[in-house]
Amino acid sequence: MISPAVGAEGLVKRFGEETALDGLSFTVEAGEIFGFIGPDGAGKTTLFRILTTLLLPDEGSARVLGLDVVGDFWNLRARVGYMPGRFSLYPDLSVGENLSFFAAVFGTSPEEQADLIGPIYGQIERFRDRRAGALSGGMKQKLALSCALVHRPEILFLDEPTTGVDAVSRREFWDLLARLREQGLTIVVSTPYMDEASRCDRVALVQDGRILGVDAPGAFGARYGHPLVAVRGPDRRHLPDILRTWEHALSAYPFGETIHLTDRRTELEPARTADEVRGFLASRGVKDVEARPIQPGIEDVFIALMGAGETP
Amino acid sequence: MSAAIEARGLTRRFGDFTAVDAISFRVERGEVFGFLGANGAGKTTAIRMLTGLLSPSAGEAWVAGHDVYGETEAIRRSIGYMSQRFSLYEDLRVRENIRLYGGIYGLPDRTIHRRGERLLSDLGLEHAADELVASIPLGWRQKLAFSVASLHEPEILFLDEPTGGVDPITRRQFWEMIYRAADGGTTVFVTTHYMDEAEYCDRISIMVDGRIGAMGTPRELREAYGVPSIDELFLRLVRPDPAPAPGVAS
Repeated sequence: MISPAVGAEGLVKRFGEETALDGLSFTVEAGEIFGFIGPDGAGKTTLFRILTTLLLPDEGSARVLGLDVVGDFWNLRARVGYMPGRFSLYPDLSVGENLSFFAAVFGTSPEEQADLIGPIYGQIERFRDRRAGALSGGMKQKLALSCALVHRPEILFLDEPTTGVDAVSRREFWDLLARLREQGLTIVVSTPYMDEASRCDRVALVQDGRILGVDAPGAFGARYGHPLVAVRGPDRRHLPDILRTWEHALSAYPFGETIHLTDRRTELEPARTADEVRGFLASRGVKDVEARPIQPGIEDVFIALMGAGETP
Repeated sequence: MSAAIEARGLTRRFGDFTAVDAISFRVERGEVFGFLGANGAGKTTAIRMLTGLLSPSAGEAWVAGHDVYGETEAIRRSIGYMSQRFSLYEDLRVRENIRLYGGIYGLPDRTIHRRGERLLSDLGLEHAADELVASIPLGWRQKLAFSVASLHEPEILFLDEPTGGVDPITRRQFWEMIYRAADGGTTVFVTTHYMDEAEYCDRISIMVDGRIGAMGTPRELREAYGVPSIDELFLRLVRPDPAPAPGVAS
């Protein structure tokens, strides 16, 4: 039996009076892309620093590749790749020098690892003489990933690699991760962007140092428990407020061009909720309304787990 | 009445590189205008010109009726600005930030006090008035930053990625604050990497390589390009000839 790539049990980390991690337990299987999804301040960076042996937990324990992150930290470091959220390369060294440096630290060279890093480094190699500090955000990200990979780690920890990155570049970055996964690498990644959950094999939803739930991204919807309807109509600015006055409304939140309305009742066909909502809006004089049942996405689930329908 | 923002052939070059290439657009008063684009497309350079921080190389622009060449002081008094990266001083208390910004905006003490108290009660933050900004949750911090940027009742609010990294409920509450400001007549000029937020704007523009690649209401754009979402349109404009997508993890 293959042991899990990561196993954490009751991890707690406090900074003064603030509890950054409040008892996290989870398992990451070898070969999967595992995402920690949650807003800034959820504890993602603290968790990644513990898993990469850079920070000691106050309570609990974690094993990465079967090694204890506290007791076996020295053996672990060479087998783990880490890309911190903040740009952490040498800004005054060139692109090529940064990569050679990180390779040399682990006793290898970029040339020896060309098969692994080539597809990523190849995209920025023409800038090899440019100072790393002078690269654009997208290129910095690719260089940082190349440096995190150059010693051929067995597991990769990427802390918010796509924060502040535009929607298209984010998509392309996830394409790169999918290719690395096909080569057998285990990837643990954090992100505040809920839509990136679909690119992971499994995700943990995190908030305030706690895990709200762990599952395959497509499996969360089944836990939702309430009928969910997407409502589209004129005057989108005021539609949520109108919908919140419906007696069966649990919550109403804008999602792009629609409003996601959750029915308070549980044992009910979503199609019936849709019918009743149309009737309700008609009684309020709101015309040209479309309401259709939908499957809850990660963001719907996250909102429900966070605040159970709190409205401002 | 003049437009809130008007740009005609606005251009900025850095050496051989043209960061903003003759863009023209109008933002009407009270409008929520989404200013989208890929990283490096020229958004930040355009915003720096419109907020009077950077002089254009060519073209014309007026912000709240003031010329971006000669009237930068008047522009700064007419606008509020917040971004994800810079908004409040974390080592100052909530109330101290309000006083500091009120002073920078040149408001009289009595006005600062009155508006500050109202701001705290609107946000339900009275209890945290004497807390350090660093110690309050990020979501509150962003809402507070928005209110502080509005303290001098500016005609135009520039919001640069205001919701980056914010939880999904706070993100939506933030947009309700934007709508309230717009309902009160404030013009909102906002950037975001969340494509669902593009749909919340009255109109959007998408910058591609220094130019405006598309502009209109989200609905007009979806229909004109025959795409189901702004996300798809963004992809199509930014990568006109996409390489076949490599394998995607399920």
